[in-house]
Amino acid sequence: MRKLLLLLTVVTVGLVFIARLFYLQVYNKQAYNLFEDSAIKKVYDYPKRGYVYDRNGKLLVANQPSYDVMVIPREVEPLDTLEFCRLLKISKDDFKKTYNRAKNYSPRLPSVFVPQLSKTDYAVLQEKMRKFKGFYIQKRFLRDYRTSIGANVLGDIGEVNQRIIERQPYYKMGDLIGKQGVELSYENILRGVKGIKFIQKDRFNKNIGPYKEGRYDTLPQPGKDIKITIDSDLQQYGELLMTNKRGGIVAIDPSNGEILALVSAPSYNPNILVGRGRSKNFTQLFRDSIAKPLFDRGLQAQYPPGSPFKVINALIGLQEGVINTGDKVTCRMGYYYGSRKLTGCHHHKSPVDMNNGIAQSCNAYFVNAYRKIVDKYDDAGNAMNTWAKHAKSFGLGNYLGYDLPVGQKGRIPDGDYYDRAYGDNRWGSTYIVSNAIGQGEVEATPIQLANMAAAIGNRGYYYTPHIIKDIEGETIDTKYTTPKYTTIDKRHFEPVIQGMFDVYNKGTAATLRIPGIDICGKTGTAENFIKIDSVKTQLTDHSIFVAFAPKDNPKIAIAVFVENGYWGSRFAGRMASLMIEKYIKGEITRTDMEHWILTHSLENEYAKPYSGEPFKINGETTLQVVDKVVADKVEKLENDDLSNSIRINANQPNQK
Amino acid sequence: MYRENHRGFRFDWITIVLFLLLVGFGWLNILSASHEGEITSYFDMSQLYGKHLVFIGLTFVLIVLILSLEAKFYERFASIIYIAAMLALVGLFIFGKDVNGARSWYGIGSMTIQPSEFAKFATALALAKYMSDLQTNMNSLKDQLRAVAIIMVPAILILLQNDAGSTLVYTSFFFVFYREGLQQVYLIIALSTIVLAVLALKFGLITAAVVSVIVLIIVYFFRRKKRSSLIQSIVLLLVCIAFSAGVKLFYKHVLQPHQQNRISLWLRLEKDPVLLEKMKKEEAYNLIQSEQAISSGGLFGKGFLQGTRTTGKFVPEQETDYIFSTVGEEWGFLGSTLVVILFMALIIRILYLAESQKSQFSRVYGYGVASVFFIHFTINTGMVMGLIPTVGIPLPFFSYGGSGLWGFTILLFIFIKLDSNKINEW
Repeated sequence: MRKLLLLLTVVTVGLVFIARLFYLQVYNKQAYNLFEDSAIKKVYDYPKRGYVYDRNGKLLVANQPSYDVMVIPREVEPLDTLEFCRLLKISKDDFKKTYNRAKNYSPRLPSVFVPQLSKTDYAVLQEKMRKFKGFYIQKRFLRDYRTSIGANVLGDIGEVNQRIIERQPYYKMGDLIGKQGVELSYENILRGVKGIKFIQKDRFNKNIGPYKEGRYDTLPQPGKDIKITIDSDLQQYGELLMTNKRGGIVAIDPSNGEILALVSAPSYNPNILVGRGRSKNFTQLFRDSIAKPLFDRGLQAQYPPGSPFKVINALIGLQEGVINTGDKVTCRMGYYYGSRKLTGCHHHKSPVDMNNGIAQSCNAYFVNAYRKIVDKYDDAGNAMNTWAKHAKSFGLGNYLGYDLPVGQKGRIPDGDYYDRAYGDNRWGSTYIVSNAIGQGEVEATPIQLANMAAAIGNRGYYYTPHIIKDIEGETIDTKYTTPKYTTIDKRHFEPVIQGMFDVYNKGTAATLRIPGIDICGKTGTAENFIKIDSVKTQLTDHSIFVAFAPKDNPKIAIAVFVENGYWGSRFAGRMASLMIEKYIKGEITRTDMEHWILTHSLENEYAKPYSGEPFKINGETTLQVVDKVVADKVEKLENDDLSNSIRINANQPNQK
Repeated sequence: MYRENHRGFRFDWITIVLFLLLVGFGWLNILSASHEGEITSYFDMSQLYGKHLVFIGLTFVLIVLILSLEAKFYERFASIIYIAAMLALVGLFIFGKDVNGARSWYGIGSMTIQPSEFAKFATALALAKYMSDLQTNMNSLKDQLRAVAIIMVPAILILLQNDAGSTLVYTSFFFVFYREGLQQVYLIIALSTIVLAVLALKFGLITAAVVSVIVLIIVYFFRRKKRSSLIQSIVLLLVCIAFSAGVKLFYKHVLQPHQQNRISLWLRLEKDPVLLEKMKKEEAYNLIQSEQAISSGGLFGKGFLQGTRTTGKFVPEQETDYIFSTVGEEWGFLGSTLVVILFMALIIRILYLAESQKSQFSRVYGYGVASVFFIHFTINTGMVMGLIPTVGIPLPFFSYGGSGLWGFTILLFIFIKLDSNKINEW
């Protein structure tokens, strides 16, 4: 026993140590990761971000260098704060505050001390920088928007947040990432791949040479340039027309699905989201819950489509064989079911066939057609499912699959939808006649309507709308080059298109004709309501217009939506016609129409619900007339006077 | 003639090979931990690895010297060597040089020598001589106290020079006493003091008292043959409680703040997160860096000269007391386990040889050698991997430093010499 004590102790200690080593080195250990080794400094080399061009090769988005003053608190040595503050143009209090914040964040990691110096400040500072230990200048690339238009399409870039870093380890604190628009959709193409250098540090954070002679270092790969389908002249014109209004314009080339213009109003100048003002300006845009400048009305606004949807019902009726083009329907200022008036109508000549039904936008005609579709089968649910299948083949009722990051599904109700709402088979065609005229449960976004117009113009197919035209050295996704067919036979389109053509010849848009261009269109007027102090209140109707031109081999399909613009041809119809003329002719001959749009504002209409006083709508209102908006003075939210612009728009005194 | 021919082979080559492996592997790690920039020459005297290589070279001169002396010399001159070593320690108070707050070095030109490293083998020799004396009886209290005195003289001198770690080494001679017939009760007392001290510090006085009561009750009822009286047991209990209280007072009022912190870290006594955070940055910095370096080595290690934390000098004192963290980082679990096994093999081999000695002097000395290696290895390696509170003592044959290397070499090779002579000791 006496001989064994030390021996046993030695063996025990040895085994305990081996167990401890096993715990430290094998059991408790994650795979060695170079990126997490605090003894290795990672220095990133940021590549140039790809440029964005419009369809005609005009440069829209480039880069500009920006210089951030960074600080690593624990490397800071006593310095002449007075001189430093003077160079940076900050006060001593600012210095203390920022320094303490950086120190609290991490004494070891770099923090931004003063972001985005001007070039002159940078030049002066750079020479003196060596005097200030622990501070250094980090060069980054910011976006340089060479245009004031298309903020909703181009989007912007901003610093990654913690959630992105956790999900995508490529990004590190302080990296920039696309936040909206094509910057977000094509982030991986535009950003390139940053290069990385691994540098061995000692415990004083001093560099002591490359890690393993730079074996793991990589070079940056520059971002690729992209060309987008936007026609910047058309886009700019659309934004001009939308001044003082709210709504969206979507123009698509039906022959390939390229989005020619995507206007959302109100908008802002993309340059205000670059540089020092970004966070302040973004907050202001984000917090504006009335004008909602960040809300892309072309993609995200879901409204009842109104009358343009009637043409879909006409096509479904023909396809299902329940109506003929020659069938006439009598309209007694509405549709009557027994003695009950299910829907009203406006004054026009009666009876109408399909051609006049479309041209005059007769509600009675389409309720009649719609009831025939729904009552075709004994089971209304079955019939509605068939109807929904047809409607959805136009890209309605679901995401279109375009390459922009935001959107809405819209809604096409089917039999199951009403079974859920009313109970199985406890409903019939008379319950849901509003769908006949694009009200009721049907909802669509402007881009869906534009796409629908494209499908009609193409006589039965469409290409998925997209914003990408070209990627440097790559081909675009084949889903944008493969046509999608509707479930309607080609022969049924001609009479419907003729009806839409006659909308311009003799119908609701007869005054909007453009000489030399055969336009097919359809007006729309949609009732809408909001809650004011929990009381459902009706506002002036939305003005909607859907069109394509020319009639044969269309080059442009367009949907225009103007909030509270009253009837279809009043605002939306004029704008659609002007946009078509601008795109096809390149110039405007209907200057009267253009003048009318540019001199009329809806701002007083938008101010009404917030005035706190009772107000009138629709026919009882007067239109606000303003000085003609001039192209180069398009009211945009500029960097300096952002705080004023939207508010001024909303609160302008009523003018007549 | 026959005996003359085979004289050289009577040395225990297993021990010598183990020694060479440890010194060689140790030097590779010193090279890795101490090199700055490119390695131009292994004999670069401006670098620590270059100096250490010279120390190793001189070690062989020492070895030849030690082995060529008569084995009897060490027994005969044990007392004189001991007295010389003690005088060297005393001389430090007059001629010594302060390094890191400890007055343990003589400065000779640019060289420094640490006499406490040489005091160990001197003490082991003296102890062996005293205990192998026919008139010494380790069961008598008087002789026990004399033997303890031999140990206490260098231990106290070193403690006074503010080198508490080295003092701790002398407790290892307890194993020698025990082997040579110290009563069982001392072992029980030694274990009890350790357990009580930890209990009192970690869980408080009341827990320590309650545990003492329970243990004493169990002992009282189960030791039927030689049941102690109730009064004896109560006195024992009071002693235990008084001891526990004493430990707490000692911890609070006698230990220096850095020593308190080390124990507090080890037993995780500090609960205040702010103070704990502060501790992590200051007191525990070395420990955390060392554990991280070891842990980052993984199963196979990052490879010789490839350790990122070693190259970046993240672990302070890495070439001396924390050399084992280099092994951990660059050679991984396999390499560090190998080192642990080498040390175990060396100690067990020495124990085996000690048991086979015919002279009591050689056996006691061998036991002393094994004990000293054991305590150095246990405390140093345990500290580097975070099992034992921080105590600054070197890892034998691994840590950088001439005095340490020579001290341990002399300690070991005197035993090898004694062992080689056992055939003559009928």
